[in-house]
Amino acid sequence: MSEHDSVVFDQGLDLECGVHLSPLRVAYRAYGTLAPDASNAILVCHPLTADQYVAEPHPLTGKPGWWARMVGPGRPIDTDRFFVICVNVLGGCMGSSGPCTARSHDDATLWGTEFPPVTIRDMVQAQAMLVEHLGITRLFAVIGGSMGGMQVLQWAADFPERVFAAMPIATASFHSAQNIAFNEVSRQAIFADPDWHNGHYREQGAVPARGLAVARMMAHITYLSEEALTRKFGRRIRHEPSGGIARGSLFGEMFEVESYLRHQGSSFVRRFDANSYLTITRAMDYFDLGADHNGDLSSAFARTPIRFCVVSFTSDWLFPTSQSRTLARALNRAGANVSFVEIDSDRGHDAFLLDEPDLDRTIRGFIGGAAEHAGLGI
Amino acid sequence: MRLDQRLIAQMIAPKTRVLDVGSGDGALIDHLFRTRGCDARGIEIDMGEVTRSIAHGLPVMHGDADHDLAHYPDDSFDYVVLQRTLQAVERPAEVLRQMLRIGRHAVVSFPNFGHWRLRLQLLTSGRMPMTAVWHTPWYETPNIHPCTIRDFLALCKQEGYVVDRWLAVDEDGERAPWKRSIRLANLFGEQAVFLLRRR
Repeated sequence: MSEHDSVVFDQGLDLECGVHLSPLRVAYRAYGTLAPDASNAILVCHPLTADQYVAEPHPLTGKPGWWARMVGPGRPIDTDRFFVICVNVLGGCMGSSGPCTARSHDDATLWGTEFPPVTIRDMVQAQAMLVEHLGITRLFAVIGGSMGGMQVLQWAADFPERVFAAMPIATASFHSAQNIAFNEVSRQAIFADPDWHNGHYREQGAVPARGLAVARMMAHITYLSEEALTRKFGRRIRHEPSGGIARGSLFGEMFEVESYLRHQGSSFVRRFDANSYLTITRAMDYFDLGADHNGDLSSAFARTPIRFCVVSFTSDWLFPTSQSRTLARALNRAGANVSFVEIDSDRGHDAFLLDEPDLDRTIRGFIGGAAEHAGLGI
Repeated sequence: MRLDQRLIAQMIAPKTRVLDVGSGDGALIDHLFRTRGCDARGIEIDMGEVTRSIAHGLPVMHGDADHDLAHYPDDSFDYVVLQRTLQAVERPAEVLRQMLRIGRHAVVSFPNFGHWRLRLQLLTSGRMPMTAVWHTPWYETPNIHPCTIRDFLALCKQEGYVVDRWLAVDEDGERAPWKRSIRLANLFGEQAVFLLRRR
């Protein structure tokens, strides 16, 4: 996977599980120009199934970057003003150390299922090494949605002096029982695929495509909302090009929503690795920032100098507003400078990736205000 | 910025920490940051106003006086401001208590229900008064706890708060000449602004 831009840290990284991961490979993309004093860097943290190609066409699918509408010249995260970094998470499958990278310089076999369990904190530690390597002592901002938001919170908790502003979007300080349950169903779908071969599918020349696709289909439902599904598909029946109703067999693709989900599943398999999916979903399940601080979330942010902006969406039932409000109140208890807004949208959790003008305005405004307070004359 | 907001701003020392409860469009916190160098933040119940404020770069949190003040630590602000909202909260005394727990000072403005026009309307018509300030009918008004200037002073006395400064003004915020007499202010002032502190 050396085709992705990456930095190799031979000193490696001590993971939370106790394993020393060496060498550590961190794949990333950067956009814009770093100011001479390195004051204008923004780290964008990607959600579960995205990657470092945030603002440019994806090398495998050719589709636009997953947040190209938010990151770019003149966009709310403006690459004309800021140096924007996006790092493939540890355990990912786009170049950073993970199940699909080689074990070491001497051992070219791939990690596969033996890749050690990683946590959100491990991911952030790896990002911090890259940020330091790039000569940046303090990030102007760390921004991310969903699992990216978990990384934002971990950054804020672990490196309060190395972050000026933090924007956790559609996220929570812990992964709820319901979300762990959804992840478990996704994983069981992969395990149930005969092509999974206990994780050794590459050696067998196979891909657990059915299992991974079902995992994606199920997860995708949780990213939407009932209103969004009804508005997009309703009970509409698929029509053949000839104009007839697409019946085929009883369980063929009859409804448009089925066809849509199957497409989501099959296109996901082409760009994502099953073992990475297992590794990263587990990292999300482990996440509980409050528990890491003796059950008191506010103590994770005690006396933090960071400016926060917490954002949630009305129809997001995967990371509901109540969890963002809990987070915002914990930040209040810590005396933090925190903004909190719930954006009205019927598109569920995925709203943060979609055309939501209020989110654009919120991100642009928060960054602008923070830049003014940081004294960034750009 | 409204004139009564200017009067509030004049009560706030430069370079202090301010929480504006019911920050609306954020005009006051923007003014305090830009002209007084304050670390000014807001709480606002209307989500549209919150979005607009954040879009202008202002630190504003969605929430309300009754439910969100309890989450701030003691003495986290120099001033906590409550503009034209006291009469609309669920528990005014508790809100004041919270304000003076998290802030050294509280700045409170409210419409005065003791104004002569209100008294006269109630006396002559026997119906709930309707004026420019009190302009919604009783069955729709969010103002569930109206009070007069004397009522508010009595509450401050009961709770042991020190009134450092007070003003009675007309609807446009113009300072009124009856400021030496509380009884006259209670009759002629349409709004009141109080600067309080703990004893």
